[in-house]
Amino acid sequence: MRLTIKDLTQTFGTTRVLDKLSIETGMVNSLVLVGPSGGGKSTLLRILAGLDIPTRGTVTFDETVLQRDEANLRLYRRTIGTVFQSYNLFPHLSARENLILPLVHVHGFSRDDAIARVEEPLRRFQLHEHADKRPAELSGGQNQRIAILRAMVVRPKRLFLDEPTSALDPEMTAEVLDMIEGLKDSGTDFVLVTHAMNFARRVADEVAFIGDGKVLSHGPSKTVFENSKNSRVTSFFEQVLR
Amino acid sequence: MTKVKTRIPIVRKKGLLAAFGFITETAKRPATGLLLYISSRTLYAISMSRSFAHLIVATAVTCLLVLACFQVPGDWNWSGVWEYRQKFISGWLVTLGLSLAALVLSVAIGLVVALFLGARNPLIEATGRIYVEIIRGTPLLVQLLLGFYVIANAVGIENRFVVGTLVLAAFSGAYMAEIFRGGLNAIPKTQRDSARAIGLTQWQSFRLVILPQAVRLVLPAIAGQLVSLIKDSSLLSVIAISEFTLNAREVNSFTYSTLESYVPLAIGYLMLTLPLSATARWLESSFSYER
Repeated sequence: MRLTIKDLTQTFGTTRVLDKLSIETGMVNSLVLVGPSGGGKSTLLRILAGLDIPTRGTVTFDETVLQRDEANLRLYRRTIGTVFQSYNLFPHLSARENLILPLVHVHGFSRDDAIARVEEPLRRFQLHEHADKRPAELSGGQNQRIAILRAMVVRPKRLFLDEPTSALDPEMTAEVLDMIEGLKDSGTDFVLVTHAMNFARRVADEVAFIGDGKVLSHGPSKTVFENSKNSRVTSFFEQVLR
Repeated sequence: MTKVKTRIPIVRKKGLLAAFGFITETAKRPATGLLLYISSRTLYAISMSRSFAHLIVATAVTCLLVLACFQVPGDWNWSGVWEYRQKFISGWLVTLGLSLAALVLSVAIGLVVALFLGARNPLIEATGRIYVEIIRGTPLLVQLLLGFYVIANAVGIENRFVVGTLVLAAFSGAYMAEIFRGGLNAIPKTQRDSARAIGLTQWQSFRLVILPQAVRLVLPAIAGQLVSLIKDSSLLSVIAISEFTLNAREVNSFTYSTLESYVPLAIGYLMLTLPLSATARWLESSFSYER
């Protein structure tokens, strides 16, 4: 994917969360957004995922410009997948039903076809024996993996992941990160917001450091992590990578 | 306590002691001891079970009420009331029919008005709000009279059963609306986000994600409101519908047996409300999805 953002501004009331943010990536498989909390990473990701409409500015994926009306955004959201920090699975449905729901109600699968389609991914990620449990009966890591699967089974063009491991303890973080790394190997494009810096470094084709609603540093991960000229960026990494 | 025991006549004391001795002796044998232990544990478990507790308390309350009835001066005249049993039955059936119709209708009204209350369009929101406030702020009695003699008259509905059911449903629906609104608002915003993210339309998101979760939350309150609705149906007598309460009142005026007329009334209403509560509890447990 190639992502181009021009002068993206998002204000909530009087707070300006994104301030004329612009970026132009190369042809990448994965883009990782890092930076301090409150810097605008998640706000940016929500706009990219078509969940929020920005106050001003344009977002272009490859040649497609993101529309600003709900009807078109809904069509756009059907072509992508989104994973949230707090999984946001549907608590009244079993894991399997969570996976089937978008297939049946959004993508026109029959129930039987949908069940058949989720079978293999459930087995591959060792979630099969838990498929009939509801989210409250699963661990955080299992829930997040189901959430990633829910986004994946519709075969999206690309995936947006908003701090997918921030709500997990270290042990479960590993199983989720492994799964995301698997995405990269399978060639699925994704944009990831994360605080797991070492992981960001490993999977990112390009890294964008977001702070104060702007892109403070951007480029291949080695450039951003080691050779950034921005003092805000270098001091942030000194803090978190210590 | 020991002093009391010594006053027991010797023969009986011997019998008691013998029985006690027998029990303690046999209890010492492992097999019997085990059996005694298991049966006592079982009895304890049964006594701690919820349905058994309900049975015990219900029986106790009934016994107390029956005892209190025996204290009422004068004779009971059940035979006089028995003559009019058909009136009780027909009234009960009318109440059952009215309540069932109003029940279904009021849930539908409640849902629609709840959506009005949560609407972004201020005109729709105001319509819902004013409806709820007017209905909740005025007596059902007045609504029935106005509904039948003014509104129904104006639009040309003459069937008092239809009008009664509609007014009752509209009345209960206003309360339902507030209950539903509370339930819908209690579903976290992240659920709507999640529904939008997978590409559901607003209506799909409501139907497949929000509503099923809200229903579980509001079930107890809705059940309470439906029980109220059944009892409120007694007011339909003011527009001359021969429902259960009106018929019981008539039996009273024919027989002059007040208590004998009204006790069956209470039992008849319980026969409607208890199954409703039981169903609600069953639904609640089958809808629950938390550990």
